[in-house]
Amino acid sequence: MSRGMWIGSVLTALMLGLALVSLVWTPYPYAQLDIPNKLLPPSLAHPMGTDHFGRDILSMIMVGIRTSMGVAIVAVAIGLAFGIPLGLLASQRKGGWVDEMIMRTNDVIFAFPLLAMAILITAVFGPSATNAIIAFGLFNIPVFARVTRGGALSLWEREFIFAARVAGKSRLRISAEHILPNILGILIVQGTIQFALGIQVEAALSFVGLGVQPPTPSLGRMLADAQTLVTIAPHIAIFPGLAIIGIVVGLNLMGDGLRDWLDPRIRVVRT
Amino acid sequence: MLRYTLKRLISLVLSLAVASLVIFAVIEIAPGDPALFMLGVNAQPDTLAALRTELGLDASKPDRYLAWVGGMLQGDFGTSYTYRTPVAGMIADRLWVSLPLTIYALVISILLAFPAGIYAASRRGKMGDAAMMGTTQLGVAIPNFWFAMMLVLVFAVNLRWFNAGGFPGWDKGVWTGLHALTLPAIALALPQASILARVMRSALLDVLGEDFMRTARAKGLSRGQALWRHGLRNALIPVLTIIGLQVSFLLAGAIIIEQVFYLPGLGRLIFQSINSRDLIVVESVVMLLVFVVITVNFLVDLAYALVDPRLRTRT
Repeated sequence: MSRGMWIGSVLTALMLGLALVSLVWTPYPYAQLDIPNKLLPPSLAHPMGTDHFGRDILSMIMVGIRTSMGVAIVAVAIGLAFGIPLGLLASQRKGGWVDEMIMRTNDVIFAFPLLAMAILITAVFGPSATNAIIAFGLFNIPVFARVTRGGALSLWEREFIFAARVAGKSRLRISAEHILPNILGILIVQGTIQFALGIQVEAALSFVGLGVQPPTPSLGRMLADAQTLVTIAPHIAIFPGLAIIGIVVGLNLMGDGLRDWLDPRIRVVRT
Repeated sequence: MLRYTLKRLISLVLSLAVASLVIFAVIEIAPGDPALFMLGVNAQPDTLAALRTELGLDASKPDRYLAWVGGMLQGDFGTSYTYRTPVAGMIADRLWVSLPLTIYALVISILLAFPAGIYAASRRGKMGDAAMMGTTQLGVAIPNFWFAMMLVLVFAVNLRWFNAGGFPGWDKGVWTGLHALTLPAIALALPQASILARVMRSALLDVLGEDFMRTARAKGLSRGQALWRHGLRNALIPVLTIIGLQVSFLLAGAIIIEQVFYLPGLGRLIFQSINSRDLIVVESVVMLLVFVVITVNFLVDLAYALVDPRLRTRT
């Protein structure tokens, strides 16, 4: 394992740890208002200070990491759940009408800027965490479909697949039993990268009010609240931002490291 | 080249047609009647009916789709439900902020990324390379709107070099306008510059291993000369694609950055329209974004084929 991968894994584990601990313990209840102690700078009692309602920022960040990671993970899961079967199906008969149809539909979804997609969905169904997840989940489907198809296509030319076909296995069964296990590595790498992107997407959407809604804290939501107060109390903007950077750097380093470790030749779609 | 262009053009038109259908369909399933929303729940039935006719809401769905697309082709984006003014004019006004901001950011991104990428590639595996790659790793991870807030904190609040937000308008002079867009453009450019620098570096490293680079060195060119005359041009192909992709990222990013700096651009128009359920504005702006992205990708494909004739036969 490379040094980058070590740093990435430790960072990610740390952030994930904070999120998990918040399920059972936070320094203060994250929604507890304490107006007399509002906008306190970092101190021993509040290591990251308090916000404009006197809420403890460290506690909010712990819960916020959980929310942001939750949004990102579910959206990646949607992409995996639809993208992998579609990619496998498309790769079974390269250039066939199924392949053409799946890949052209993919192109159209891919042409939608993520933000345009999110705007469209929230304009129609109202802003919510669920709709942010749907928008990013939809965006993820063509990403995973492409990666799956790309990885699978080269495998279909290999001898062991040919052997399986000669043995009488159906294309569907070969896809599940032989192709999928062999492209798991690249899918995990791409998943890590989409996960990091998801953290950034949640932050951006919640920041402009299209994502997670109050009172649930998420990292983007906290930055939205901080926007008007950043000049008088910089700490309420600085820490959530650092948390985002920590998660994203961690996941990206881990993804890059994993890629080099699993197979230095494989290529990842960067979006 | 003509065949290739034609083929790409057909796929461009098809993509746009499908995208417009999808956007129209999604807006159609939106709950609520725009006419009722404009007039309020106490509206008289006949006023409501008259407004519905005026907005063209009583026509059949296919007719309305065709009217919408047909109108856009002639530069008519419909009439805003809330402001009762032509959407095209509203968008054009806002584009005067968002577009210069996007281009400004793109220029900054290229100016930062090219030297950074070339430097890192030339010092491959050494300290300078590692430091540069570490910096870009961080740059990619920093949310641009957060970076924007930090820039405001340092350069507007503490140093007072720039205003924290707002836009005086281009009629106050080009420099005044550019000055107001400088912090937003830097914030917007940083993550994209980081990505571009990484691409530049790896593209150069790929090229440096080519035979023609060895030939160039063998005929007596210095490392720098060979890099400048033969390396850069060949490394530009992947870099060009990413620059094309970045135009759409920057435009989308501008929509968010505008919120930090209270700039009267497309972003503010979109979020106001969402809040007032002015769906025709949302519909048209989203279509515009998709149009820009698809068209830029098309142009990049063409530029590709111009730079590298081998790509013309491959589709």
